[in-house]
Amino acid sequence: MIGLFETQRAMRQMRKAAMQRGVVGIVDLGTSKVTCLILRFDGAPAMEADGVGAMAGQAQFRVIGAATTRARGMRHGEIEVMQEAERAVRTVVQTAQKMAQVRIDHAIVSFSGASPRSYGLTGEIDLGGREVSEGDVAAVLAACDTPDIGHGRTVLHAQPVNFALDYRSGLSDPRGQVGNALTTDMHLVSVDQAVVQNIMHCMRRSDLELAGLASSAYAAGVSAMVEDEQKIGAACIDLGAGTTGLSIFLRGHMIYADTVRIGGVHVTQDISKGLGIPVAVAERIKTLHGGLMATGRDDRDMIQLTAETGDWEHDRREISRSELIGIMRPRVEEILEAVRDRLDAAGFDDLPSQKIVLTGGGSQVPGLASLAARILGQQVRLGRPLRVQGLPQAATGPAFSSAVGLALFAAHPQDECWDFDLAEHGYPARSLRRAVKWFRENW
Amino acid sequence: MRTLIRSRREDRAAAPHDPAPSRLQYRLNRMWLSPLVRALVTRVLPVCLLLAALGVWGSRPAQIATMTGWVAEIRASIEARPEFQIRQMAVSGASPVLADAIRARVGLDFPVSWFDLDPAAIRDDLVRLDAIARVEVTVELGGALRVAVTEREPAIVWRRDSGLELLDASGHRVAFIDRRDGRADLPLITGRGGDAAVPEALRLFEAAAPLGARLVALKRQGERRWDMVLLDGPVIQLPETNARAALDRMMAMETAMDLLARDITTVDLRNPDRPSVRLGPEAMEYLQMTRDFTQGLATR
Repeated sequence: MIGLFETQRAMRQMRKAAMQRGVVGIVDLGTSKVTCLILRFDGAPAMEADGVGAMAGQAQFRVIGAATTRARGMRHGEIEVMQEAERAVRTVVQTAQKMAQVRIDHAIVSFSGASPRSYGLTGEIDLGGREVSEGDVAAVLAACDTPDIGHGRTVLHAQPVNFALDYRSGLSDPRGQVGNALTTDMHLVSVDQAVVQNIMHCMRRSDLELAGLASSAYAAGVSAMVEDEQKIGAACIDLGAGTTGLSIFLRGHMIYADTVRIGGVHVTQDISKGLGIPVAVAERIKTLHGGLMATGRDDRDMIQLTAETGDWEHDRREISRSELIGIMRPRVEEILEAVRDRLDAAGFDDLPSQKIVLTGGGSQVPGLASLAARILGQQVRLGRPLRVQGLPQAATGPAFSSAVGLALFAAHPQDECWDFDLAEHGYPARSLRRAVKWFRENW
Repeated sequence: MRTLIRSRREDRAAAPHDPAPSRLQYRLNRMWLSPLVRALVTRVLPVCLLLAALGVWGSRPAQIATMTGWVAEIRASIEARPEFQIRQMAVSGASPVLADAIRARVGLDFPVSWFDLDPAAIRDDLVRLDAIARVEVTVELGGALRVAVTEREPAIVWRRDSGLELLDASGHRVAFIDRRDGRADLPLITGRGGDAAVPEALRLFEAAAPLGARLVALKRQGERRWDMVLLDGPVIQLPETNARAALDRMMAMETAMDLLARDITTVDLRNPDRPSVRLGPEAMEYLQMTRDFTQGLATR
């Protein structure tokens, strides 16, 4: 299991280097858009104003550059055409750099595809009544039984979510406590290796060092949910263009992540097919007139359609808004039902709280909250990303929650399994001492 | 599916505007954003180019000529200003004859610019004049060239084959003179190498002061010792070393025995343990006669 983490360890080192330089780039590779934020970490003091708290710790960085561009060569959150994806990354990075007037060398990347799969692992070691040290934490993490994640899969996240000492569970930090048996629960997310390699390759071709990788479902959960929701237990549903990400948080940690490979693009395609109009026009009327709950007024709300077939009768049509809703709603229902299935499979019903936060670009459809309430349960709300310093107004919408979440993730990375050095892994002091002794005796 | 390979012309015509930068553009843009490159291009490079251009332009012969012309013109205009003009020379501490000699030697055509004067060179030149012991040359802005001279004091007259010279106390030549009478107040020395032993000669003259006008001269013998020549009297041969002590001793003998009034041609003091005298012919005869008489008495 150790061998898998070498890349992740290298990325951690890269992140440290980037933090020392003070400038980190955030690249969110989505299906419909690519976002780049440039963060400056200068340890700026928290704002001293009434009613402003610690701002969840994100006051230590500032967004100095932000850019978004249309994603190209992406499908279901995965790179389909490398050159196109690379051009999109270049465009967005260059634009953000132009705004920030700083060049970025390190980038933290999130992506939505690669079909993440969650595993819950348990590990246990015998302490023998000792105090728990850092090495013991590493040892218990290493003692977790590795599941068969399958061929061509790799580990994206491996986060210890819970420690238990003898019969006391729910410890966040067991160090310094005394006990006999140390148990840990670890949440492991595996993704398709090829997709990750493609993304790494794409970053390398753009002359950027990868300083971290995160699932966008996780990043969206970090920024769209408030701290209480993350503690008590809630699910974040990131309605993206190509995929719908799903992450469940409990006690401040992600405990489940999944994606449904249907998203807003499919709604657009349905409109395009159903009405026989170009995809661009379909996208436009979806964003301008789309909705999910039909009312009596929608029958009288006519939408002009345009097309370029040359057939006047075909190109000059109008439809009522209720027709549009009639096309959109089944697809959104399908997405939400798929999400419902995943939540059921994850055992979301057993959590103490069934709060659901909808975010992502798809959550801007009017009427989504009431539709989701019917399918997912009553405790549904729409989530927008946390406000961070310096973020342009245009990038504060729900479509940017995973980018903002990634920025928070860059500032406060979750402890991952590979952050703990195993005692055997470091250079053993005993053999060093023996070498010194030998040297003394023989020279 | 889009064709993967399209002809260039068709591509250019058909492709819509693509905002994506090319790899090269992207790399250049990033390079431009790196602080080092930026500083190089915005600061170092322009300065280098400017310097190079100036160098190339300024190294053409025509430009060099123009520049030197300008410099000379500006220099001349500054030099010609009345503030920098020196109008006269003031010589102090020199006799009129010497002052004229100094003026002739310096040979400046006043008024002259302050920049053209080199006081150190003038000083070095003047010091070579025999009569000058020390000279200070200062230039006062808007005033005069001041030459403060300390003349050599003649202490002795040296007669040599070529003529008479006046020497100062250190033996340095002050001037040539025509007649011994011209400086009768100064003692006379003769002989080759006399100038090198002037201090000793002066000490000897001092010791021989009681002899007064009888003392004619000191004569250097073989460039190593002195002979003292008296008027109508003996030649006193002094030793190479401790000549003064020997002379003092002789003066004591003179005081005690009136030695120099006797018929003696030479007093030989070269051996300090045994001063000896050479008698004159009459004294010799008298001595012989006295000896004969003494012997006669003895034999009788």
